[in-house]
Amino acid sequence: MDDVRPLIGIVDTVGGPVDLEAYEAHGGYVAARQALATDPNDIIDLVSEANLRGRGGAGFGTGMKWGFTRGPATTPGGKYLVCNADEMEPGTFKDRYLLEYNPHLLVEGMIIAAHAIHAETAYVFLRGEYHDPYRELQKAIDDAYAKGYLGKRILGTDINLELRIHRSAGRYICGEETALLNALEGKRAQPRQKPPFPPASGAWGRPTIVNNVETLCNVPAIVRNGAEWYQDLGIGDDAGTKIYGVSGRVNNPGLWELPIGTTIREIIEGHAGGMRSGYRLRGLLPGGASTDFLVEEHLDLAMDYGTIQAAGSRMGTGTMILMDDSICPVNMCRNLEHFFAQESCGFCTPCREGLPWVEELLTDIEEGRGKEGDLELLDRNAMFIGGTTNTFCLHAPGAMEPLASALKYFRDDFEEHIRAGRCPYR
Amino acid sequence: MAEPALIQVLSDEEIREIEEECAHLPDRKSAAIDAMMIVQRHRGWVSDESLYAIGRLLGMSVENLDSIATFYNLIYRKPVGRHVVMVCDSVSCYVMGADGLRKAVEEYLGVGLGETTEDGRFTLLPIVCLGACDRAPTMMIDEELIGDATAEGFDEIFGRFD
Ligand SMILES: Cc1cc2nc3c(=O)[nH]c(=O)nc-3n(C[C@H](O)[C@H](O)[C@H](O)COP(=O)(O)O)c2cc1C
Ligand code: SF4
Ligand code: FES
Repeated sequence: MDDVRPLIGIVDTVGGPVDLEAYEAHGGYVAARQALATDPNDIIDLVSEANLRGRGGAGFGTGMKWGFTRGPATTPGGKYLVCNADEMEPGTFKDRYLLEYNPHLLVEGMIIAAHAIHAETAYVFLRGEYHDPYRELQKAIDDAYAKGYLGKRILGTDINLELRIHRSAGRYICGEETALLNALEGKRAQPRQKPPFPPASGAWGRPTIVNNVETLCNVPAIVRNGAEWYQDLGIGDDAGTKIYGVSGRVNNPGLWELPIGTTIREIIEGHAGGMRSGYRLRGLLPGGASTDFLVEEHLDLAMDYGTIQAAGSRMGTGTMILMDDSICPVNMCRNLEHFFAQESCGFCTPCREGLPWVEELLTDIEEGRGKEGDLELLDRNAMFIGGTTNTFCLHAPGAMEPLASALKYFRDDFEEHIRAGRCPYR
Repeated sequence: MAEPALIQVLSDEEIREIEEECAHLPDRKSAAIDAMMIVQRHRGWVSDESLYAIGRLLGMSVENLDSIATFYNLIYRKPVGRHVVMVCDSVSCYVMGADGLRKAVEEYLGVGLGETTEDGRFTLLPIVCLGACDRAPTMMIDEELIGDATAEGFDEIFGRFD
C-alpha cells in the first residue's frame, strides 16, 4: 500500500473507488489479521505510542481514549464501538471521500479498534444525505462479511464482530458524541450530561468508544508499519498524515492527504492552486465553521493541533474555508450564525435564545440598521455564549469562535457598516 | 390526532424492514428513527396513520414518536412532492454564490423554500453543508448530489426527474 499516503494514496493507484479485490491486492486486511493475533492491550499501547489524535475536531489521544475501556475482556452486555460519520460541520468534506473511495479502510480500522476494546458490536453513524457513501460502505461491509472479515469467528479466530450502519435523519448536533448516542438509540439527539463519558457509559448504558471516520482509517497502517514509522510521517510534533481540504475562490478546490504539519500556505498555494485571479485572500476558517478566523499573517503556520491553537484557533477538521475580498465579513458571520442558531438542540437558554438573537443583530448591522454600541453588545455575548461553562455542550461555544475572531480581525468592516448605515460590499 | 381503526396500515415489506432493524438492536424503541425513515422511503412522508402504526409495532406512544419525528429535519410530517430539491445554504456555498443559486432555483420552479410545485413534482428545501464544498455551490435532488450547480444546467438536471 502507498507508504506516504496510507489513507487515500491507494485511490490514485487504483484510479477510483477501491473494492475488496483492489484493497486486498494492495495489502488490505493484512493489519486486521495481524491485530486479531495480538493482545488487545498491546494494540492500545501501540496506538498511544504512535500518537494518533482524533480527527473529528478535538484532537483527543485515540490510544488514551481506548484505554478508558480497559478491563475484563467480557463485560455483561458488552461494549460498543461507534464510528462518527455524521460529517455536517460546514466546509468539511473529508469523511465523505474516505467513505466513498476507500470504505474497506474504515471497515479494517473498525475491526482492529473493536478487537482492541473488546467490542462485539459496532455501528457506523452515517449522515442521512450521504447516499453514495452509504452504497459504497454497505457494499464493502457485505463483501467483508462474505469473506469472513466480519461476523462470527472472524478468520477462524474466536473473535466476533457485527458491523451495522445507522442512517441518520439529520441535525448537526447528532455529531456531538453523546447526542449521537441518543440518536443511535432512536431518541431525540440531545447531548447528555458528562460525566459519565461514553467510555464509561455510552450506547444503551454500555462502555462505548466513539471515533471519527478519519481517525479509524489511520489505524490499519499503524498496526502494519509500527508507531515509529507513523510518527515520522508527520512534520512537527504531531504524527501521521492529515486530509486537508480547501474550499472558496481558489483555482483548484479539493482535498489532499499530506504530512500533518504542512503549512497553510503550502496547502493553499501549492495544492489548491492559489486564489483565482482578481481575488485576494482576507481570512480563513482553518478547520470548519466552528473554528476562529485566521488571517494573512498566519499563512506560514503549520496545520497541526498545537500551532493552530497557539494562534488562537483550532485545526478542527482540517478542511479550510477561504474568505476572499469580495465577501462581506459581516454577512459571512450572519451566514455562520444562521447555521448555528438553526442547529441548536434547544436545551439550554444561551444557545437556544442567544444564537438567534446574535443572528438578528448581525442581520441588522448588515442591512444598515446597526447602532452605536452594537459591536460591544456582540463582544459581550460572544464572551458569554462562548464561555465553555455556560452551556450544556460545545455547540454554542463553537458558534462564537468565528464571530469573536471576526470582530477582532475585521472590526473595521463592522464599524463601517454602522457608520455608513449600509453594507459597503453591495 | 384521532386514532384510526386498527387496520393494517404498513405494508408487509415495510414491516419486514422494520423488524430487520429491531432484530439488530437491544430494544424495539431504538428502531424508532429507522422505522420512520423506512416508511418515508416507501411513501415519501410520515402521516399520522403511519405514526400510529409504527407506534403499535414498536410499543411506543404516538406523542413520543412525534416528538422524535419533529426533531429531525429529514423526517417529513407533511406530504412532499415526488422529488425533494435541497439547496445548500452553508458557508462554503455561501462564499461561492449559494444565494444566487437558490434564487435561480426558486424562479425556475416557481416556488419558494418549503413549497411544492403545483404539479406536485418538486418540493424545495434548504439544507446544511452537503459535504461537497470543493464543488460549491451544491444541491441535491432526491439521492443525487449536484456540484458546481448553475442555472444553465437546470433544464438537463431537473428534466431527469419527472
Ligand atoms: C456540535 C458538535 C458537532 C460535532 N460533529 C462531529 C461530526 O460531525 N463528526 C465527528 O467526527 N465529530 C464531531 N464532533 C466531535 C465529537 O463529539 C467527538 O469528539 C468525535 O467524534 C470523537 O472522535 P475522535 O476522537 O476520533 O476525533 C462534534 C462535536 C460537537 C460539539
Ligand atoms: S449548547 Fe446548544 S446544542 Fe448544546 S445542549 Fe445547549 S442548546 Fe443544545
Ligand atoms: S457548504 Fe455547501 S456543500 Fe459544504
